[in-house]
Amino acid sequence: MPYVLRRLVATIPVMVVVAVFVFLLAHMSQGDPAAVLAGDNATVEDVEKIRASMGLDKPLIEQFLVWGGNVLQGDLGISTSTNLPVLTLIHQRMGPTLSIALFTILLAVLLAVPLGTVAAWRAGSLTDRLIMLGSVLAFSVPVFLIGYGLAYVFSVKMNLLPVQGYKPMSGGIVEYFRHLLLPCISLGLVYMALLTRMTRATVLEALGEDYIRTARAKGLGSGLVIWHALKNAANPIVTTIGVGIAMLIGGVVVTETVFAIPGLGRLTVDAVLRHDYPVIQGVLLIASAVYVLINLLVDLSYRLFDPRMDR
Amino acid sequence: MEMLATPAVSSKKKIWFMLRQQPTMYVGIAVLVLLTFVAIFAPWLAGMSPVEINPLARMKPPSAEHLFGTDALGRDVFARVIWGARISLVVGLAVGVLSVVLGVLIGMLAGYFSKLDMFIMRIMDGLMAIPNILLAIALMAVFKGGLLTVIVAIIIPEVPRVVRLVRALVVSIRSQPYVEAAHALGTRTHKILAMHILPNLFAPLMVQATFIAASAIITEAVLSFLGVGIPPQTPSWGNIMADGRNFLSIAFHIILFPGLFLALTVLAVNMLGDGLRDMLDPKLAKKI
Repeated sequence: MPYVLRRLVATIPVMVVVAVFVFLLAHMSQGDPAAVLAGDNATVEDVEKIRASMGLDKPLIEQFLVWGGNVLQGDLGISTSTNLPVLTLIHQRMGPTLSIALFTILLAVLLAVPLGTVAAWRAGSLTDRLIMLGSVLAFSVPVFLIGYGLAYVFSVKMNLLPVQGYKPMSGGIVEYFRHLLLPCISLGLVYMALLTRMTRATVLEALGEDYIRTARAKGLGSGLVIWHALKNAANPIVTTIGVGIAMLIGGVVVTETVFAIPGLGRLTVDAVLRHDYPVIQGVLLIASAVYVLINLLVDLSYRLFDPRMDR
Repeated sequence: MEMLATPAVSSKKKIWFMLRQQPTMYVGIAVLVLLTFVAIFAPWLAGMSPVEINPLARMKPPSAEHLFGTDALGRDVFARVIWGARISLVVGLAVGVLSVVLGVLIGMLAGYFSKLDMFIMRIMDGLMAIPNILLAIALMAVFKGGLLTVIVAIIIPEVPRVVRLVRALVVSIRSQPYVEAAHALGTRTHKILAMHILPNLFAPLMVQATFIAASAIITEAVLSFLGVGIPPQTPSWGNIMADGRNFLSIAFHIILFPGLFLALTVLAVNMLGDGLRDMLDPKLAKKI
């Protein structure tokens, strides 16, 4: 276990840098939050009073420590545009974003790993070329064009699926999935392209190894041979799943706007438009923490796939 | 290997050989040259003003008069898309070049001076922990919307990735015998960095710059589409698509044409990048 603990401790400096950056972000803005809160008719004394009550007259380091202490206790501050606690806002908007993210990952992994494996197994063939061409295309077409294209064809023209919006699971599982299908496909294509390319590359490399030749020589069926190769190609593939999460988080923001889904992405964009710094800070902190933790899990999972790592 | 077998290859033959090896790269280059031409001569090619409002011709489908139709304010989508090429290309080029230049400066410091290494890399690790697009969006809250600030907001998340690459390269080059020899001979540090290390970074960084340019073009469109990028009246592809957002069912062309141009441009840049990578780094090409 000390290894797990050591890795967990190693994420602390990273998160501290993130926190410092996120904290400074609000201070880089030109506006004076005390003056904004005080309103147009406030006197200089009023503004000073509000500034003191917000702790903005203290040295920057002290302000950071106070803010950081609050964050560690789960207090992300109060949204300046809605007057609600940031944590409440994030909690309210989490459902749709998590649903989209989870199903997108699931969809992408379930499709990309077989596709990449087939491409590697039949490397150089027409199938391989088609799969690779598809992945280059998917990598270049932006999420919103895919999203609107799908919505136009399947919702507007064919009337098969809802154009926009989100239905929570409590409103019926069928409606829930009907609303998630198009957002997940449009978001998942880029992710799938990345994973397919990575799977193809690593499986192709594994297929050239000696143990594969041995496996073939002793007459193993192709299914088992592929299984051998996949097991050894697992680590880079899982790494790509982890690294791709950052791309996914960015994509979620766009997807939520395209499909008018009230998730964390929409919350962030609205906060930026209203200069609501506590919300921006909160979302950045949480998104980064999730990203760092997922990649930690990815690192830890290496030993699951490759016992040699246990030294 | 083939090159070794035939030492005297004429330059003409060489070009043909390369063309045959990298057909997609040249398709990419051709598309980009064409787009650059379109961007430069936008005022003449557009035919109409990209900002002129015409209440009588709102959301008209594509026709001979309006090749790509008109938007909700009656503006000519073709003219707007043509002008939009300027913004996308400038953003791609500026972000590609500037993030590599900054990344090289910081990365060489980290890779060569071990005292700075720890400090710089911890900051870079922290920056890299914030998802790219989210960071760019958040930065736009601080900056006022505009071409220059959009470029800066896209560069900041890209730099750490370049720094990490440059640092890794510098660390491996630093221990090469010829660098150690130069050091032993008393060559000044800045000279070692400029003469012995920088030239070796050139190939991988050119590839990296291309891929950064492709993602920068998408990020600018995303920022503008979300309403936090280039000012809305300016014709940029993301802005035009945002204008069509509420009219999907009646005027899909407002979204379709800028979207296609965006996809085509990014595809061309990616094709160029893939080709460059295969050409400059054959070892990596075989892997991916």
